[in-house]
Amino acid sequence: MSILVDKNTKVIVQGITGREGEFHAAQMIAYGTKVVAGVTPGKGGMTVQGVPVFDTVRQAKDATGADATCIFVPARGAADGILEAVDAGINFIVCITEGIPIEDEIRAVNVVKFSNSRLLGPNCPGILTVNGCKIGIIPANIFIPGPVGIVSRSGTLTYESVDALTRAGLGQTTCVGVGGDPMPGTRFIDVLPLFEADPETKVIVMCGEVGGSDEEIAAEYIKTMTKPVIGFIAGLTAPPGKRMGHAGAIISGTSGSPQAKVDALRAAGVLVAETTADIPGLVKQALEKL
Amino acid sequence: MKIHEYQAKQLLKQYGVVVPAGQVASNPDEVREVAKTLGKRVVIKGQVHSGGRGKAGAVKLADDANAAEAIGKDLLGKTLFFAQAGVDIKINRLLVEEAVDIDKEIYLAITQDRVRQRDVLILSMQGGMDIEEVAHNNPADIAKLFIDPLLGLQDFACRQVLFDAGMDKPLIGKMVPVLKALYAAYLGTDATLAEINPLVVTKSGEIIAGDAKWDIDENALFRHPEFTAFKDESETDPLEAEAHRRGIQYVRLEGGDIGIIGNGAGLVMTTMDEVKRAGGQPADFLDIGGGAKAEAVTNSLEIILMDPNVKGVVFNIFGGITRGDEVAKGIIEGVKTLNVKVPIVIRLAGTRAAEGAELLKTTNLIPAETMQEAAEKIVELAYAK
Repeated sequence: MSILVDKNTKVIVQGITGREGEFHAAQMIAYGTKVVAGVTPGKGGMTVQGVPVFDTVRQAKDATGADATCIFVPARGAADGILEAVDAGINFIVCITEGIPIEDEIRAVNVVKFSNSRLLGPNCPGILTVNGCKIGIIPANIFIPGPVGIVSRSGTLTYESVDALTRAGLGQTTCVGVGGDPMPGTRFIDVLPLFEADPETKVIVMCGEVGGSDEEIAAEYIKTMTKPVIGFIAGLTAPPGKRMGHAGAIISGTSGSPQAKVDALRAAGVLVAETTADIPGLVKQALEKL
Repeated sequence: MKIHEYQAKQLLKQYGVVVPAGQVASNPDEVREVAKTLGKRVVIKGQVHSGGRGKAGAVKLADDANAAEAIGKDLLGKTLFFAQAGVDIKINRLLVEEAVDIDKEIYLAITQDRVRQRDVLILSMQGGMDIEEVAHNNPADIAKLFIDPLLGLQDFACRQVLFDAGMDKPLIGKMVPVLKALYAAYLGTDATLAEINPLVVTKSGEIIAGDAKWDIDENALFRHPEFTAFKDESETDPLEAEAHRRGIQYVRLEGGDIGIIGNGAGLVMTTMDEVKRAGGQPADFLDIGGGAKAEAVTNSLEIILMDPNVKGVVFNIFGGITRGDEVAKGIIEGVKTLNVKVPIVIRLAGTRAAEGAELLKTTNLIPAETMQEAAEKIVELAYAK
């Protein structure tokens, strides 16, 4: 079991003829993901990494019955790519692209809300279900199967945490990177209930960072959860008003301060790790109590 | 990207919001000329990327052209402390405008709301004040309208937020087009913040933008070649400006002395936190990004070392797309060419980390197994003397 995707998920890669698109399509296939089609307007009829390329998402979906897509389209066309996937009725849309204009993102995110599709990202590393399916750019070799579900706003920080867990012999179910943009399609609050309902996930690791209030909102939900949550917040030393790489990682006024997030999580019963090295220990502790 | 008040007012004017008559000036003669042409009492405002200009002493009134010129002489080239930005800024330009007869001051802004994932229009009859203060002391005095991006800003919604804010009824009809013009300007310019504070109602009932604060979405600049002229990096930290030119994500941190380089924003922030925990002061945030090549790594090291306060540098790389050997090559090249006088600790993990570590063996750079160990080592070595 897992959340959101599994070994039967049929995936389109939008932008498969680009450098990143092709490289990661190959990586996904190598992990066992069913990549059934690629889309690049004007390049329909080609084959890339053994995958047929179509001109439009609709054509790709009609021909293959795909239910998910991974978008590697450059920033100026990525929001359009999301809208095209929604229009074609793709259920699960993962957008890796960073640097989408914020107004394009707002429009896309709101269109998705009134559709039957779910959007992960933009500006995210994607999702990986151990021994089943990887959509995006998460390095697969650091994962082993086990009881930990992971959700995070940051890519490499997630890899760091997963690696630490694996070294400690603690395997994973699904790892979800929600991304570093201010208006993500999927937030902590959307992922936590899925882990709560997943019978194989016993404990959840949630990696947040400065900016916004998604951690505080998640904390309210965590109070109602039966499964233990281990938290980590990046950016305790980040100064207000400075954007720390991610468009969403900025403390503005009183909003987004790391201490407020740590406090909210602790108040909800989350074991907050002081450093990433403490995450495996806290996970073990939580598992022993079950 | 922040732009100046006089630039924002040009934009507002294009979209049909009335702004005071005036012009920007960069020397005292020009100040005098503008004041003379206006032929009445003028306001002279320093053009810097910070709020709180009145309190900083960068806004003055002049009754005639002579007085205006004197103020121009005083303010131009002067460096003042702006508490809101927390820094000293030199004034290079002044906006000289007709003074308006103020009857009421309104706060009006559009920005994004991250929780509702929509643009939000914010309106308050407590204009002219710091809105964060109003929000803190009298939250009921602020009315908000979350704009449906698929529907746009409708008249009824404008009326609703205007009545909510307690706007005088006779003004409602005049205000609706101002709200719509601001939203059109905000969308049309790809702004992330469009703020008019105060929006002035004059004694003769005119509605005029007294001030304008505008941020433009850098991700959308490809749609706006015309804004290239608005870019003013004179207030940007010179090292940050240099890093931007090289396409490197670098933020300089006040008072720090341990240089930090990593890949991925979350990991770099966490490395900063670890250095602080180990007793050090991070000097920067530098993200080499995903899949960085050796040259970008060398470039990044060079930027960090340009900061004279830096006593040591720590690399923390967890390779996914980024390759450890590529990073190692970049560091080795940097050390060869840059005359490095401070200790460098390197933690490589993930893709091709072993190959990278092998390359580094031939150098006197200090390896570390984990991020925590790297932080402790660099703090110890940097502060050893």
